[in-house]
Amino acid sequence: MKTTGNTGNSASSTGGMKRRSFFRILGGGIVLFFAPWDALDLMALPAEQRRSLTKDYNAFLHIAEDGTVSCFTGKIEMGQGVITSLAQMMADELNVPLEKVKMVMGDTELCPYDAGTWGSLTTRAFGPAMLAAAAEAKAVLVQMASEKLGVEPGRLEVNNGVVSETGNPSEGVSYGELAKGKKMEKYMDIKPPVEDYRKYSLIGKPLKHVDAYDKVTGRAKYTGDLRLPGMLHARIFRPPSHGAKLVSADISGAEAVAGVKVLREGDFIAVVSENRDLADLAVVRINAEYTFDELKVNDSTLFDYINRGEYRANEVASAGDISAAPQLCDRLYENEYHDPYLAHCSVETHTALARWEGDKVTVWASTQSPFGLQDSLVREFGTTNEKARVITPFLGGGFGGKAASQQGVEAARLARMTGRPVMLAWTREEEFMYDTFHPASVIKVKSGTDKDGKIVMWDYNIYLAGTRGSEATYDIPNVRITNYREDRTKYPVHPFGTGPWRAPNNNTNTFARETQVDIMAAAAGIDPLEFRLRNLKDERMIGVLKAVAERFGYNSWEKSPGRGIGIACGADAGTWVAEIAEVEVNRVTGEVKVIRIACAQDMGLCVNPQGALLQMEGCLTMALGYTLTEEVRFDGGVVRDRNFDSYKIPRFSWLPKLECVIMDRMDQPPQGGGEPAIIAVGAVVGNAIFNATGARLFRVPFTPERVLEAVRQSGSPDHQPAGVSGSPSVNSQSEGPMVSRSEGQVKMKTKKRPKRQGRRTK
Amino acid sequence: MMDETIRFKLNDHDTELVIDPNQILLWVLRNHFGLTGTKFGCGIGFCGACTVLIDNEPVRSCMIPVSDIQGKSVVTIEGLEKDGKLHPVQQAFIDHDAIQCGFCTPGMIMTATGFLAKNPSPTHAEIVSGLEENLCRCGAHKRIIEAVEDAAATIRGGNGK
Repeated sequence: MKTTGNTGNSASSTGGMKRRSFFRILGGGIVLFFAPWDALDLMALPAEQRRSLTKDYNAFLHIAEDGTVSCFTGKIEMGQGVITSLAQMMADELNVPLEKVKMVMGDTELCPYDAGTWGSLTTRAFGPAMLAAAAEAKAVLVQMASEKLGVEPGRLEVNNGVVSETGNPSEGVSYGELAKGKKMEKYMDIKPPVEDYRKYSLIGKPLKHVDAYDKVTGRAKYTGDLRLPGMLHARIFRPPSHGAKLVSADISGAEAVAGVKVLREGDFIAVVSENRDLADLAVVRINAEYTFDELKVNDSTLFDYINRGEYRANEVASAGDISAAPQLCDRLYENEYHDPYLAHCSVETHTALARWEGDKVTVWASTQSPFGLQDSLVREFGTTNEKARVITPFLGGGFGGKAASQQGVEAARLARMTGRPVMLAWTREEEFMYDTFHPASVIKVKSGTDKDGKIVMWDYNIYLAGTRGSEATYDIPNVRITNYREDRTKYPVHPFGTGPWRAPNNNTNTFARETQVDIMAAAAGIDPLEFRLRNLKDERMIGVLKAVAERFGYNSWEKSPGRGIGIACGADAGTWVAEIAEVEVNRVTGEVKVIRIACAQDMGLCVNPQGALLQMEGCLTMALGYTLTEEVRFDGGVVRDRNFDSYKIPRFSWLPKLECVIMDRMDQPPQGGGEPAIIAVGAVVGNAIFNATGARLFRVPFTPERVLEAVRQSGSPDHQPAGVSGSPSVNSQSEGPMVSRSEGQVKMKTKKRPKRQGRRTK
Repeated sequence: MMDETIRFKLNDHDTELVIDPNQILLWVLRNHFGLTGTKFGCGIGFCGACTVLIDNEPVRSCMIPVSDIQGKSVVTIEGLEKDGKLHPVQQAFIDHDAIQCGFCTPGMIMTATGFLAKNPSPTHAEIVSGLEENLCRCGAHKRIIEAVEDAAATIRGGNGK
């Protein structure tokens, strides 16, 4: 503890504003401050994205006179359930009833800095530090109780928020009583986090959403539900495509609509009205002319376009000697995997409400990064952190798409132009147009096995996807992993914004790796589970594979016509995951129905098994979209998908039977839970389609057309196995099967020509 | 457009409104009556987040002008709770934790309430097809189906609740 009492001068210089606002907003009580969460920030973001933090203390806990414990965090709640699991951790460490804990989330004025809610970091990075802080806070409260009761701290214990002498619970003092009539600040440093979580009683127990009642009654407030006196609704006039430049605009049609005001600053044109309907009506009456300067690429030419590009390459991992490795191989495999652009499709569109009071702006926004939006406001309006406040109500979904918060700056700009509070809720069309899509990408893999079915070579090349989930995963002696990134000065690829999409990059990398591994297993005539186990050393990966096989009943599964099963595994956000899926493929229509998915997950300590289970189910269900239907159709800068009529996301009728297993790891630190289960679904369904039909798919989503084409090619009698040594060819379309087989074994007619393969390696 | 007087029942209360009859019901509910439980999701009836009951039929409020409710009864998510007791569908959503971000939840509950009123003994397949046109991005589908099955049992009186 640094200082006690009411002075706390260490906080008065840079954070004084923040501190003063506390008692104004919260009334009396005890506020506990901690030094910046540097450990958290280091984990959350690469250095160039980290902003310099004030070296000040941040409020972390407030104990109110009624005993309510408010916990301040820059994290936000978007459906992933941390409002429940964080409260659960706080309640456990402080020994207070769960209902006494109130989470105050995503308010830049009240909460400690946080880079953003993504990467499944809330529980694994924030959680342990939060627990450590809570332990310190409890020690302070016990010390205060000790002084009040005249009993040594060592003889005191806390039950349900009441501090009392052990064995004498009737004469205790509650946290609320300690806070009564006080305006007290306490400054502390965080001690290292606890390492064994078995001492907790509430942590590890399944709890339902604490926000459920508000959400089933319509009481829960999302940004668009807020109302301020004098508030206007805005619509921004948007260009028809990325790359379109406004030449002239005729706004007279919009101005003729009664009750509407048209605003213009250069190319920025918007309409505002007290009625949202009128703003909608007016904005379509603006006519404009544009010039167009767009990339010549569309969704049909995309992968050829990517393959013609020039990229910045860097080797991210290597082991052994990749150039000599082909000589060790009995068989070589060379394949290319394609992954398209994906939209986030949160049901809540990007929304913001902005208000200026003098030179201070407050923005309520649906954002995964309130402090990131605050930085944007500071840049845009040349102001300071103290004069730009962002508040985050409930989010109606994020999935990475709300890491970008352009709408917050737009609302603030409109509020400044009108001098009134402005609500801006993007339309679905704007949501598609200005989404930061999951980037399209190509993965090229050359791999090889020896005669015992051991993978001995892994040359893995990532174009545009990024490296998350690109680890070799298996125990392979010769590895090279190369990351090729867009160089916009030489060869721009993306005609629109791209960004993180639930488990960013890992869906792509796991699809490529686990399909490639499955191809090798099939060619070697080894059961795909056995092949994986034989090539793995990672005990926790082996553990989830065995667990999922048991849950699914892998060994007793019996094949029936049109049905097939597939297996895949991977790691994301520190969590190990393995899945088995059963599919039914209609050979006439090409339609794929996923019947069952079993999933086993080792996420270390699972704080709230109920919430974690929901996240697993959510991942598996959402993943059916990228696996079966989702890809953004576009032509240059024109995004052709603009609503849910053409962009198909999962529906109730798609739902497979879901069987989830969470490994019991109370002795291990908690890992991520919001994303891992999504990563393996593309691979596991693709591998199951292969098992059902003998057809390999190298491109997600597995649309009926692509399935039919792959089935047709795999069934053609004169088809030569490709991608296997002896007939090494890179199929640039990646649509056809690389290995053809009927059920069971692949007959290898081809000769080994490893040297030729070696020369092919650039 | 001349304003008109629209008389209707809103969550069981007789209501009268003088308004441009072309205004969209969704925005009238949200902005005029502050009933923000009814959500805007796509604006053209594809997602179902704006679903309300009109004379007990689930309807996409983003698609209809307020003039359409003349003389009718409109129920929103705020009107389901009776005498401090949640509607069985609401309660089942809590019991089954059929919620993630919660944004599609009101529309899901209104859609389910509407079809259970007509068919309190739906098969699993009927529940799936009844909810099919409502979108959830978080992937709470499994729990939502279980919640609606449970709510149906409660409504039939066979659930001991």
